[in-house]
Amino acid sequence: MAGVAVSTTINGDTIEYLCQPDETLLDVLRDRLGLTGAKEGCGTGDCGACSVIIDDRLVCSCLVLGAEAEGRRIETVEGMAHGDKLHPLQQKFLEHAALQCGICTPGFLIAAKDLLAKNPDPTEEEIRFGLAGNLCRCTGYDKIVRAVQDAATVMKGA
Amino acid sequence: MNFDPRFSGRKFASVGTRPIRPDGVDKVTGRARYGADFNMAGQLVGRVLRSPHAHAKIRKIDTSKAEALAGVKAVITAADLPDLTDGDAAMYDILDNCMARTKALYDGHAVAAVAAIDARTARQALKLIEVDYEVLPHVTDVDEAMQHHAPLINDTVFTEGLEEKPVKPSNVTKRSQFGHGDVHQGFGHSDFIVERSFKTEQTHQGYIEPHACVANVSTDGTADLWVCTQGHFVYRQHCAQLLGMEASKLRVTSSEIGGGFGGKTHVWAEPVALALSRKAGRPVKLVMTRDEVFRASGPTSATSIDVKIGARKDGTITAAEATLRYSAGPYAGSWAEIGAMTAFACYRLDNVKTVGFEVLVNRPKTAAYRAPSAPMAAFAVESTVDELAKELGMDPVEFRIRNAAQEGTRSSYGPVYGPIGIGPTLEAVKVHPHMKAPLKKNQGRGMACGFWFNFGGQTCVDLNIGMDGSVSLAVGTVDVGGSRASLSLVAAEELGIDYSQLKAIVADTSSLGYNDMTDGSRGTFSSSMATISAARNAIKILRERAAQMWDISVDDVVWEQGHAVAKGEKHGNLGKLSLKEIAAKSGTTGGPIAGHSELVADGAGVSFATHICDVEVDPETGSTRVIRYTVVQDAGKAVHPTYVEGQYQGGAAQGIGWALNEEYIYGKDGRLQNAGFLDYRIPVCSDLPMIDTQILEIPNPNHPYGVRGVGETSIVPPLAAIANAVSNAAGVRMTHIPMSPPRILAAIEAEREG
Repeated sequence: MAGVAVSTTINGDTIEYLCQPDETLLDVLRDRLGLTGAKEGCGTGDCGACSVIIDDRLVCSCLVLGAEAEGRRIETVEGMAHGDKLHPLQQKFLEHAALQCGICTPGFLIAAKDLLAKNPDPTEEEIRFGLAGNLCRCTGYDKIVRAVQDAATVMKGA
Repeated sequence: MNFDPRFSGRKFASVGTRPIRPDGVDKVTGRARYGADFNMAGQLVGRVLRSPHAHAKIRKIDTSKAEALAGVKAVITAADLPDLTDGDAAMYDILDNCMARTKALYDGHAVAAVAAIDARTARQALKLIEVDYEVLPHVTDVDEAMQHHAPLINDTVFTEGLEEKPVKPSNVTKRSQFGHGDVHQGFGHSDFIVERSFKTEQTHQGYIEPHACVANVSTDGTADLWVCTQGHFVYRQHCAQLLGMEASKLRVTSSEIGGGFGGKTHVWAEPVALALSRKAGRPVKLVMTRDEVFRASGPTSATSIDVKIGARKDGTITAAEATLRYSAGPYAGSWAEIGAMTAFACYRLDNVKTVGFEVLVNRPKTAAYRAPSAPMAAFAVESTVDELAKELGMDPVEFRIRNAAQEGTRSSYGPVYGPIGIGPTLEAVKVHPHMKAPLKKNQGRGMACGFWFNFGGQTCVDLNIGMDGSVSLAVGTVDVGGSRASLSLVAAEELGIDYSQLKAIVADTSSLGYNDMTDGSRGTFSSSMATISAARNAIKILRERAAQMWDISVDDVVWEQGHAVAKGEKHGNLGKLSLKEIAAKSGTTGGPIAGHSELVADGAGVSFATHICDVEVDPETGSTRVIRYTVVQDAGKAVHPTYVEGQYQGGAAQGIGWALNEEYIYGKDGRLQNAGFLDYRIPVCSDLPMIDTQILEIPNPNHPYGVRGVGETSIVPPLAAIANAVSNAAGVRMTHIPMSPPRILAAIEAEREG
């Protein structure tokens, strides 16, 4: 099978790659580009561990083809911090211990970033529904919700 | 120096604080490397072919077409994993589970595997493997499997533990019994008796990270394995034994682990990956799909439990009895035995008897799931206790307080308790504001208690002091949820230094002595004990070096708050030396300074919790919402309270999923029908309320800081607490978990029709 040539923007950098027509964006990120922050928990769009933002839209990268990234702007967890300065969500996840094993954390951070971009002042219920596409098996979500609430407060003040 | 593990009642400076975990930044930036995040040059992709049948004889496997496919570098079957288990029945079962030998025993059982240059080629190769099956009758239900006419899963199994040796094989592998006193007599003295039967369905641990490993076997007989596991030393033992290697030649590195909850405590794909690598002569990466995780990795038992409890009018329980049947998958286990031990562990009973039956079924091999076997037994017992309280007209908390086990009580499973937390958790619940909060229409409140043994085990720690005075701590218990933070706090406490001066890592199997796996809530309990011991050994050397620097006797040097201090008037002008100052001179005072510890961490203190839950049941749809939840649990000493709260909340959330929603659904064909997160639905963020926690600290006398394990007990009470709440809200006793909307509706309708 011939490869598809793709030119895209990932975390602000122009990236070019060849991928197979049936290859998911998640596989391209992880296996071709070495961006293993996005995780594969299910491969069927049910767990959200592979969440990325494409042109301001939150998606499961396991449900997007690598070829579909052509000309798009992609944000992954690797692009959230600025140099050595963590994003407020990253900082609040650490302070609130909003992670135990941490495998779902990149997906939650990306989903929460997308949520706060669209709704900077969410209620608890809006946070809970906004993050309902991301599975966490360790925390019971309590500390994740509190971390997002706290980050929203910090980001509003910034 | 002999290590004294007894509780000393010291005041803490670091322990009990809540610093950011040392592995935190890597985990929020995507840099942390989990099982599937590691790659090697020249690596192949491994894939496993699995049986579509619940029970089938494997007549023949033809791999020739797959082997001929361009890009395929190795194909293996059971013939490539010969039986080297030498009569070790448990290891033979693990081997057979890794790769079916003569029979496929469940839908998803591995029968062959390939390694190819890419995933597409590997998938194609699987389709070219021809397996000739003779399909056999199957059984997946625990009660049906006990019937005498049920299909036999293993005709060499004869029930153990019966008075008379059976003459016919059976799906029941073992009968076990616990208790004391005379239950018959006890029931004779009771004014009220409640007898109920319960069922719970099979659930999966549901870790978000599928099993993943990279195996690299060299032609010189050495090998490396990178793997997500709860116990890399145990995986090394298993793999070395199954592949005929010396353990020292196999170096196993534990990756970050994306959840385990008991499900990553024995090998599945790792021996297969090693066998593929050995055959192909190249590294092989093998990652399970989610479908494979559900179909072929460790679910918990499905159960069927009968409970009978009798009490006098004054609320004293006179006798308690339970019969517990637990499915084990197709291989023997001790799941019902554990259920039978834990069932009545919360209570002070003169007459108690529990009987457990281990039952083979054509389902995946049962694996541990967080306090394995205890939640189902607690569901049955605590539901019956609630019913009995109602019969007696007593408050359910008061009834439990009256009968709660205490220090000195002989437990239902044998040992006599030391200081324990069941009474204090109940007293805390009694006065908790949650118990007095008003309820609305269709809402109900329930509470329940839970017990878990906790475990210690073999543990080894290295504590190395650098010449700059910083400290590295190498532990061998895999960090499943923050133990590097808690162990750093413990080392900082003992050495008298700041948390920031330490860095803790999980060492690989070639860099540290053997460690049992992280199970039994032992991670922080046992490794903190070894860390304290290692730190005390290092302090001894630090004092010796300080004495040398001062040219005084070591007996005149004590260790206080991170400094060597010279004691006595004659040394009044010497002042003190910091750890950093002593470390800087180590090159000229005798070389590197380190403390090591190898021990068996005995005396894991038993753990108790009591949970309160409010639910709202929609009588039209049978749908249930948890609207408030409170966990009260004894931690002994909470080393890092935030992560202790996290364990309480996480266990409660898993229990809520189990109670209301999660179950393995098998078709008549014996195939799993919901092998994915869409159809096997674990709780999502919008399903749950905040989960309140209250940490009690009743020191464990067998740990220097009083620590008890905290990880597992939190999943024990929820099934029962929620069942009691739902039963109170719906006005009908729920006896079948999960209480999914159809089951609740059916129960309400049956009650209406009388």
